[in-house]
Amino acid sequence: MNLMANLMPAAAEIFLLGMLCVILIVDLLLSESNKIYSYLLVQVTLLGCSIITVGTHVDGVVYAFHNMYVDDLMSDVLKLLTYLAVAMMMVYSRQYLMLRGLFTGEFMVLALFALLGMNVMISANNFVTLYLGLELLSLALYAMVALQRDSAVATEAAMKYFILGALASGLLLYGMSMLYGATGSLDLHAMADAIKHGVPNKSLLVFGLVFIVSGLAFKLGVVPFHMWIPDVYHGAPTPMTMLIGSAPKLAAFAFTARILVEGLQPLVHDWSGMLIIMAVASMAVGNLSAIAQTNLKRMFAYSTISHMGFLILGFIGGGIEGYGSAMFYAVAYVLMTLGGFGMIMLLSRAGFEADTLNDFKGLNQRSPWLAFMMLLLMFSMAGVPPTVGFYAKFSVLNAIVQTGHTWLAVTAVIFSLIGAFYYLRIVKLMYFDAPQSHEPIQVGMDSAFLISFNGLGVLFLGMMPGMLMSICAVAVQQSLLLH
Amino acid sequence: MIFGLPVISVAIWLPIVFGVLVLATGNDKNAPLARVLALVGSVLGFLVTLPLYTGFDVSTSAMQFEEMHSWINRFNIHYHLGVDGISMLFILLNSFFTPLVVLAGWKVIEKRVAQYMAAFLIMSGIVNGVFAALDSILFYVFWEAMLIPMFIIIGVWGGPNRVYAAMKFFLYTLLGSLLMLVSLIYLYHLTGNSSFDILDFQQLHHIPLQAQILIFVAFFFAFAVKVPMFPVHTWLPDAHVEAPTGGSVVLAAIMLKVGAYGFLRFSMPITPDASHKLAGVMIALSLIAIVYIGLVALKQSDMKKLVAYSSISHMGFVTLGFFIFNAYGMEGALMQMLSHGFVAGALFLCIGVLYDRVHSREIAAYGGVANKMPVFAAFFMLFAMANSGLPGTSAFVGEFMVIMGTVKVNFWYGFAAASTLIFGAAYTLWMYKRVIFGAVANHHVAELTDINGREKLIFIILTIFVLGMGVYPLPFGEILHVSVSDLLLHMTQSKL
Repeated sequence: MNLMANLMPAAAEIFLLGMLCVILIVDLLLSESNKIYSYLLVQVTLLGCSIITVGTHVDGVVYAFHNMYVDDLMSDVLKLLTYLAVAMMMVYSRQYLMLRGLFTGEFMVLALFALLGMNVMISANNFVTLYLGLELLSLALYAMVALQRDSAVATEAAMKYFILGALASGLLLYGMSMLYGATGSLDLHAMADAIKHGVPNKSLLVFGLVFIVSGLAFKLGVVPFHMWIPDVYHGAPTPMTMLIGSAPKLAAFAFTARILVEGLQPLVHDWSGMLIIMAVASMAVGNLSAIAQTNLKRMFAYSTISHMGFLILGFIGGGIEGYGSAMFYAVAYVLMTLGGFGMIMLLSRAGFEADTLNDFKGLNQRSPWLAFMMLLLMFSMAGVPPTVGFYAKFSVLNAIVQTGHTWLAVTAVIFSLIGAFYYLRIVKLMYFDAPQSHEPIQVGMDSAFLISFNGLGVLFLGMMPGMLMSICAVAVQQSLLLH
Repeated sequence: MIFGLPVISVAIWLPIVFGVLVLATGNDKNAPLARVLALVGSVLGFLVTLPLYTGFDVSTSAMQFEEMHSWINRFNIHYHLGVDGISMLFILLNSFFTPLVVLAGWKVIEKRVAQYMAAFLIMSGIVNGVFAALDSILFYVFWEAMLIPMFIIIGVWGGPNRVYAAMKFFLYTLLGSLLMLVSLIYLYHLTGNSSFDILDFQQLHHIPLQAQILIFVAFFFAFAVKVPMFPVHTWLPDAHVEAPTGGSVVLAAIMLKVGAYGFLRFSMPITPDASHKLAGVMIALSLIAIVYIGLVALKQSDMKKLVAYSSISHMGFVTLGFFIFNAYGMEGALMQMLSHGFVAGALFLCIGVLYDRVHSREIAAYGGVANKMPVFAAFFMLFAMANSGLPGTSAFVGEFMVIMGTVKVNFWYGFAAASTLIFGAAYTLWMYKRVIFGAVANHHVAELTDINGREKLIFIILTIFVLGMGVYPLPFGEILHVSVSDLLLHMTQSKL
């Protein structure tokens, strides 16, 4: 096959890898005070990747490397969003990292490696590619969590993350091997065909499916595979938490969609039952535990669990509505999470972490604008219109009601109500309580601009969600459902 | 059309734009500017709604001043606005109260003035949206968005227990709203995924009884919490007591009406069979509200709480009027809603006047106010009389019509409902007596000064409406009439 035809679908990833090596070398030559150049180079790389991704986009689905790799609308949209998420993460964390001496080349290079891993996952069309992408992402993240070497909490978090992550990868790999045994292929489409035509050993297939779903659940962070999330979110330095909590969720969505929807569609009745239990359990555990937290990062961790529970409801809904809504949910969630963690970093100073609930007390008196942005983000997470969080919940609920799971929708809204309480509590702290400290908030121009963009973006997408919803629906339709 | 712009959209967005402008004036150094800007915005906001009244065609029940633009194509959601006889008056009522609320908070609110004024302006726009929305998702967006400014108003400027009250208010209403959302999605599914339009929902031909009942119950949670009806009313006294005067006025005059409006726009026309089936329960709950909550009001020692309970009791009249399914009842209920808006709003403003001076809402902290504030005492007297349903005031018209309609259905229902004329008079006038008459109770009262020009202006305007509507209710009834009869006709058609 033509080499160029193979390379074009992966052009952005190849460019990213090349630039990664360049940054690695350039960074060695820069002195501590000049690290800002590597940072700029990272941003340029992300911009370049976006341009290449848009530029190499072709209508329809393109396979490369013997069907190992796929380039379609869904992958392009998700990749663009991961670039955006990583770029935003970089801007939010610049000042924070500088003050803590973590603004190093390692951080930037590892973040880009994680990004590369995500993009490989997003474009994977074969279990081997999926696994490669996943491991690249995970290894980079393990290292990033441990980057703050003198912090005992961070090291502990990294160990927990690594051990549990390795276990989950093992489960996933075991499941993949069983499916390979049952169907004789690692290619997602070939596997789907084989299952459709009937395999001799159904129990092997279902057994493999259970392992696969467990592995996916771990990566998404849904109950009962959620144990790592609170500790890792809490222990990791905030920029790393922000990275873990944002872009990889897009990759995890793609990962789940490719495996369950493309590869294992014929087993939909087997896996949707598992997902229902996990979704309800996640919403219950996530929302109820979040109430008891006093640390904001921990609270966001539990809130993530509940959000992921809500997201997988979309997979239960199925069809364009269902998968499209899950994708929309993932995008909305990433936008809100970036803002939430961004706010923690904006309020932090040298030697001070603004990561407990009390640090948000009286924010409205210290900085009305920041408080208003946080208000928008919190109401969005709670799913109150006119913010994007409402439409995320709305489209998922719509999908599950369409397929007759009305009671599941009622359960979901009741847990959302419980969830609304702890988001409201933050608004309460910001607006109703007196500030604990009157230290002036010093925010760089770049992050001040970004948080405004982020908060108003949540509002704008809440007023005009139609465009993004359509993009998600079309992407899902072209990529998952036309086969 | 106003300068080429559609009336309803202007009525919704003009206050919101002014709210944002007021917010932009920043901190309290610019408070005078924020106040003036808020007053200008709210008065303009009221003026732009007047074409709705002057251009209204009373001979049709169809939606008027309609606006329709596509909004979220994926789900066929439209930016669809319009008013009929039922909703038009409430838009006017709401816009009318915003300048009064701004005036009421003119001097009293000293901290974060811009945010206070902006919250009310933005809320005013949003509430207009609730009354005018004809697409259910648009309605839902406005409905929920309304909570955000109210939550902030209660929580920031409220009394000592404001946090508890604000949380309770928000979570109670959110529960109902979320269940309503599921029903709306279900109804969308029933239209064959073609429309979220309320009018299309109303035209659905076939909804099985069980589904109707579940939808009705979900709507009930949403609307009954806002009304509030008897078992889910407990947030209201807390919210009222803790809210600043302006917040209480808006809660009583506007927010409660939104819930009742929901019954007319959603529950009854969309699920007529369930409405008939469950009418007994609704009537029972309404009567409990009227009688039991009336008795509860009698023993309150806090003036705001007393008026809050009296509001619940009066709103019981409204739901009673709806669920007896005759024209007297329904028109009377709507008149009662309007009148209660004026009267309860006025009473909260009266209490606000006292609270601003003495900083207590306890009845026991007062006594002999008439000696020091004769003009105020006269206005307060009028509104207290109106609250107890004196003929010649606006409250009498609605109550009388509802009682008449109820007696037609069942004498004992009417009898129980009529007891409100006694209880209402008892709790209102007893409170009035203890606060206003007698000897000067303490040095706080002795230092009172009578109302100033700004306060007089507010009360005079309200007096005109309370008496005007009581003496000559025809213009209001005329607007309601066709829409109400059409709704009742629609409800006779079974959807089974």
